[in-house]
Amino acid sequence: MIAEAGLAALWLAAALALLQLFLAFSGTKGGKDELLGAVRPTAVAQGLLTAFAFGALITLFLRSDMSVLLVATNSHSMKPWLYKFAGTWGNHEGSMLLWVTVMGVAGAAVALFERALDRATHMATLGAQAAISLGFYAFLLFSSNPFARIDPPPPDGQGLNPLLQDPGLAFHPPTLYLGYVGLSVAFSFAVGALLTRRVDAAFARAMRPWVLAAWVLLTLGITAGSYWAYYELGWGGWWFWDPVENASLMPWLAATALLHSVTVLATRDSLRAWTIMLAVVAFSMSMVGTFLVRSGILTSVHAFAVDPERGSFILALLALYIGGALALFGWRIGSVKEGALFQLASRESMLVVNNLLLSVILGIVLIGTLYPLMTEAFGHKVSVGAPYFDRVAGPLALALMVAMAVGPLMRWRRDELRLVGRRVALPVLIAVLLVVAMSVFAAGRIGLLPFLGLVVAGSVGVASLLPLWRRKLWRTPLFTWGMVIAHLGCAVSLAGMASDSAFTTEKLIAARPGDTIRTAGWTLRFVSITPVAGDNWTALQADMQVDRGGAPVLIHPQSRFFASPPTTTTEAALLTRWNGQLYVVLGEEVEGGRWQLRVWWKPFVTLIWLGGGLIALGGALALIGREKRGWIGKWRARRAEV
Amino acid sequence: MRGWLIWTPFVLFLAFVGLFASGLFKPDDHVIHSRLVGQNLPAFALPPAASDRPGLTSAQVATGKPRLLNIFASWCVPCAAEAPQLMALRQAGVEIDAIAIRDARPDVDRFLARYGNPYARIGLDARSAVQIALGSSGVPESFVIDSKGRIAYQHIGDIRADDVPMILDRLKAAQ
Repeated sequence: MIAEAGLAALWLAAALALLQLFLAFSGTKGGKDELLGAVRPTAVAQGLLTAFAFGALITLFLRSDMSVLLVATNSHSMKPWLYKFAGTWGNHEGSMLLWVTVMGVAGAAVALFERALDRATHMATLGAQAAISLGFYAFLLFSSNPFARIDPPPPDGQGLNPLLQDPGLAFHPPTLYLGYVGLSVAFSFAVGALLTRRVDAAFARAMRPWVLAAWVLLTLGITAGSYWAYYELGWGGWWFWDPVENASLMPWLAATALLHSVTVLATRDSLRAWTIMLAVVAFSMSMVGTFLVRSGILTSVHAFAVDPERGSFILALLALYIGGALALFGWRIGSVKEGALFQLASRESMLVVNNLLLSVILGIVLIGTLYPLMTEAFGHKVSVGAPYFDRVAGPLALALMVAMAVGPLMRWRRDELRLVGRRVALPVLIAVLLVVAMSVFAAGRIGLLPFLGLVVAGSVGVASLLPLWRRKLWRTPLFTWGMVIAHLGCAVSLAGMASDSAFTTEKLIAARPGDTIRTAGWTLRFVSITPVAGDNWTALQADMQVDRGGAPVLIHPQSRFFASPPTTTTEAALLTRWNGQLYVVLGEEVEGGRWQLRVWWKPFVTLIWLGGGLIALGGALALIGREKRGWIGKWRARRAEV
Repeated sequence: MRGWLIWTPFVLFLAFVGLFASGLFKPDDHVIHSRLVGQNLPAFALPPAASDRPGLTSAQVATGKPRLLNIFASWCVPCAAEAPQLMALRQAGVEIDAIAIRDARPDVDRFLARYGNPYARIGLDARSAVQIALGSSGVPESFVIDSKGRIAYQHIGDIRADDVPMILDRLKAAQ
């Protein structure tokens, strides 16, 4: 019954999306206001229905209803409840249902809370949102129905991939999708503005909070995913340049560029066409990413089902939406007037530099991700790995960090280079001191990129705080704080990345219980191997006492065996200290009762995710600051009327 | 940003769609060939894997005469199916060396006693390190090594009865 109700809700939501599309565009074209009046309630109802359908699927998973095909193939009654719950989106159909749910709820939010946009553009935006949703409803209902039944139901399910049986699954996909799909709002805004030809500062001010919100969630999702991969896969790495990781990074790069160009448009009414373009590109990257992941066209560690039918369905959607938006852009943007112009030495031009660098990095990642596909079309098999991305994108990312440090210290419209030079004197001095100090203490021991990374991180970290210099801190607007904290977060994250690749020590040994291992100032005493059992797994666990001169701590790296489906996973033992992490992985037994052990000491590696958290926090503060200003303004206006 | 420039994103996107479409409808090819075909063997030195055969070093494979290097394991079922074909090649005068993957000496001895021993030397690759260096992704695999010690041909999977003439031709060509 629940499954049928969920499916009915989906069909109804799809019908409402069609209605919403019709109402918005025929109302706008024919100037029929009574039709337009029904658009917002329709959008809200659509959002509620998708949420209901998603809730129905969660319920089915929690109750382990094996008569539903999706539950039978992806769950197991023995699983802990958290993984039954998170397992809802740990599969293709469930995650696509999450996708349309986020899209429906985002559309409802735009209908309910968007007040700054003029009515015509607002309606066109909601129409565009309905048009996008419609394609994904069709995809769900015609080729990946999450509510399909199986008859007769199996006695129990096939279980969930053990790598996914982790609290990370409860957090990473939903936040990532909220960001990923939240960008659809920016896309709809851009299409709406192109249709009404109202691309101006007011439009940018209306769009900015939505972009910010999606971007904050996307940042959180990527950060969480990176940390999850880091501790779950047991490779000791935090980013592998895997196609699916790139698929989440590309929308983030585009959204970061959009965030900055929308600010220029909102404050200075410049970069009109460019902002619209970026808004289209950001969500296009989300869709391209989904296509790459879901079609199985590229092989990756995120192995999802390969299904050309699904792949061609998404490709058709891509062609329709992105192609349509780009065609609309080409056809309409000529009639949008050029925005205001600005001097070369100004904050606007620094933001243009930011946008150019981000776009180039995006292009590098996109080409690197698709290159194997391109060469394969011509009969060559090539795989593009980390060395390419590190070497090509790394230097540009460092240049971007430098621009990020200088930009906020420049004035809008025009500035004097002499004055800017004076403002950046301190960070430059710090950079010089760092270069000298590290050349003396660590010359030849670290590669060029990590070396530069550490220098830039130290110098930019200080520079990012300079906008607060000589200001009354409690009078400084919240969004300035947000910018400072987000930029500081970038420096902190970079410091972690550079430190990890410069100073990590790795030891791979075979040891017997009773042996003592010494590495990087740590002493590890391998006490014993004991079998342990969990809810739905059994494991061999190494008990080790570790210390570096203080009291010893017990750690327990495990090698886990899951019965359904039969898989072995490694559970790394992580010991976090203020200046880094000890990362221990238990491998296989080798001959003679010895066990393979991998021991990493990773100085300051935690800064990577701390920085990611700071970036998201900065975005959240900026969002609250901007919105609060709007609320206070409204409240004052209301007071003035009384 | 005016004129034809406006349409570049659209045109680029069309090219991408074409690329994706071509990628989607291409039949999947899961055979992974070694990148070392046509190049020298990587250097290795392996301890003996069987009690009555010596171990194997990369230098011993480059003897001025083409040889077959067979990658196998006692625990691998297709390897047992391949054994008669290897014996047939041995009778045809082919010199065959082997690398046993993730194996133990008693197990290899048992395997050879049961299925025959066509090998001149057998190296034990306990952790697949040499296998990975060779660019081999599974067992069984066979490499035709030419007279100069270069990999002339990689055969993925077991050598079937109708593959034997082809392998012989490859060995001739590698002279």
